[in-house]
Amino acid sequence: MATPFPFGPITAVTGTAVVVRGDDIDTDRIIPARFLKCVTFEALGPAAFADDRAELAQAPAGPHPFDRPEHQGASILLVNRNFGCGSSREHAPQALMRWGIRAVVGESFAEIFYGNCLALGIPCLTASHEGMLAIQAAAAADPAAAFTLDVAAQSLSGADQSWALDLAAGPRQMLSTGQWDATSQLLANGTALEATVARLPYLATFAA
Amino acid sequence: MSAGTLYDKVWALHQVAELPGGSTQLFIGLHLIHEVTSPQAFAALKDLGLGVRHPERTVATVDHIVPTTSQARPFADPLAEEMLATLEANCAAHNITLHGLGSGRQGIVHVIAPELGLTQPGMTVACGDSHTSTHGAFGAIAFGIGTSQVRDVLASQSLSMGKLKVRRIWVDGQLQPGVYAKDLVLHVIRTLGVKGGVGYAYEFAGPAIEGLSMEERMTLCNMAIEGGARCGYVNPDQVTFDYLQGRPYAPSGEAWERAVAWWSSLASGPDAVFDDEVRFDASAIAPTITWGITPGQGIGVDETVPTLEQTESDERPLAEEAYRYMDLQPGAPIAGTPVDVCFIGSCTNGRLSDLQAAAAVAKGRHVAPGIKAFVVPGSEQVAAAAEAEGLDQVFTAAGFEWREPGCSMCLAMNPDRLEGRQISASSSNRNFKGRQGSATGRTLLMSPAMVAAAAIAGKVTDVRQLLAA
Repeated sequence: MATPFPFGPITAVTGTAVVVRGDDIDTDRIIPARFLKCVTFEALGPAAFADDRAELAQAPAGPHPFDRPEHQGASILLVNRNFGCGSSREHAPQALMRWGIRAVVGESFAEIFYGNCLALGIPCLTASHEGMLAIQAAAAADPAAAFTLDVAAQSLSGADQSWALDLAAGPRQMLSTGQWDATSQLLANGTALEATVARLPYLATFAA
Repeated sequence: MSAGTLYDKVWALHQVAELPGGSTQLFIGLHLIHEVTSPQAFAALKDLGLGVRHPERTVATVDHIVPTTSQARPFADPLAEEMLATLEANCAAHNITLHGLGSGRQGIVHVIAPELGLTQPGMTVACGDSHTSTHGAFGAIAFGIGTSQVRDVLASQSLSMGKLKVRRIWVDGQLQPGVYAKDLVLHVIRTLGVKGGVGYAYEFAGPAIEGLSMEERMTLCNMAIEGGARCGYVNPDQVTFDYLQGRPYAPSGEAWERAVAWWSSLASGPDAVFDDEVRFDASAIAPTITWGITPGQGIGVDETVPTLEQTESDERPLAEEAYRYMDLQPGAPIAGTPVDVCFIGSCTNGRLSDLQAAAAVAKGRHVAPGIKAFVVPGSEQVAAAAEAEGLDQVFTAAGFEWREPGCSMCLAMNPDRLEGRQISASSSNRNFKGRQGSATGRTLLMSPAMVAAAAIAGKVTDVRQLLAA
């Protein structure tokens, strides 16, 4: 893997972009269920969009963007509405990350997918419908163009243009301060956690 | 907003702290795990040198990869065997209860937790599976999570979460004969769309909802996620309490009375505030079936596949993709569409009442020639209960195969799958491209009774005609 996996503060992602068009692209399409037969995520990268890629390999509209030579090494994925809907499988962002994706820009994201990406340090930013079409058009017109996604500024620039994006304040802060991996924060509040345990009657099986 | 709702009350009770990033640390009352999304989480714990903080709050079973023909170990598929062996080793190492094959309690995670009484009102429930929304049927706040979050729950019994808005789905009237909770939820998703619920929890309420059994409520909440809502719930009531009483993990004795009082106090009050409300009339809903490649592409069985002109402009590209993939003609009736495979089961519709409804259609009839039809009970308990009343005999006499419990052809991680361009009538929850194990396989979602009717007729059929006959 040329680029290391996300680590520490995520302030910007720079690289070429790959456009995967379409609304409601579900996680079964991002990683078909047969690839979930594994006990590690390591081998998932080449399987990203496996069935879509096979379908498009021989089609007039093909090959799939992930198979086009000009998109090898791309790190910014440009999508449309409700990307990542369906199954909660973290295998989906894991496959994208292991293929090389480090940030996703789309019109909207399914919630569990969005959270899974955040937990891996992959920012998902949104643009308006018109904005997204313009971004996708610019990226498609110049596949070699380098884009920079700026997390704090909530913007994408490249191909001599710049677009305003949206990222909610919480994820923005978590990414830019390196606190997107929640585990250590959750472990820091042991006392408050046990106080919560003490006030929930079902945890004491409703003892008087 | 959402003040006075069950969602708001349960959220507040489980709130541990505000985290630096602005999200909430939420205590998880019940954590369910299975073999697909947990191994990497346990591996991450090991890498971090962490243990399981509250092993008594995590419960495991095996469901996704189990074969439904022979469940003898080792499995014929070495990858499936490795996944189960890894789950067994992780549970043993961390003192986590595993309801394994042959225990009498194994089954699809969203079937067994309710039937064991593990799922209770007022809990937060998390599982590495999007259909965790099922457990909201009890008035729990239940949602699917990814594997990094499974790791977090194991390590800390909590999650970093953002609060959702609450939309009340108010349903008047009552479902007509031959129309089931599955039809209701497909109708809701058809109306509000597969992304309509993003950012919301769905509270299902109103006379039609109060009239549903617990199993019907589970079907409804199960598919909230297909409408984009990460959780769906129904306020706990006497139906909930009657279902829970006497189950292995439910409170008993004096504790039962205290539990009922607490559970009752959590229901959304008359002054509850909702961020949004949408109303439906259950009486007007027909048996509903999907024709396309998302659960939102649904129509009544008496309707025709929508044309582009009948489709909102921003939904047209998806409709065109669905016409191509499904090879269905816009404007053609969906009834009469030939099917190849009929699957009754899944966390949506693999419970006893689902099998009873399908058996009522199958009884005294026979599966059409050339159709493969099979029934996969949702759990070992469902299988035993169905066999005790002879449903397995009804199905096998009618030409259906009677299988062992598991997720089976809902997502085809086991040997049950479509071949090539086969088209299935399926009581499961997703009709995504490739979902049932063939990259070109096609899925029509419908109720278990409608699947049975399709199996008998060999084509999509209005089950009401068979019930009336």
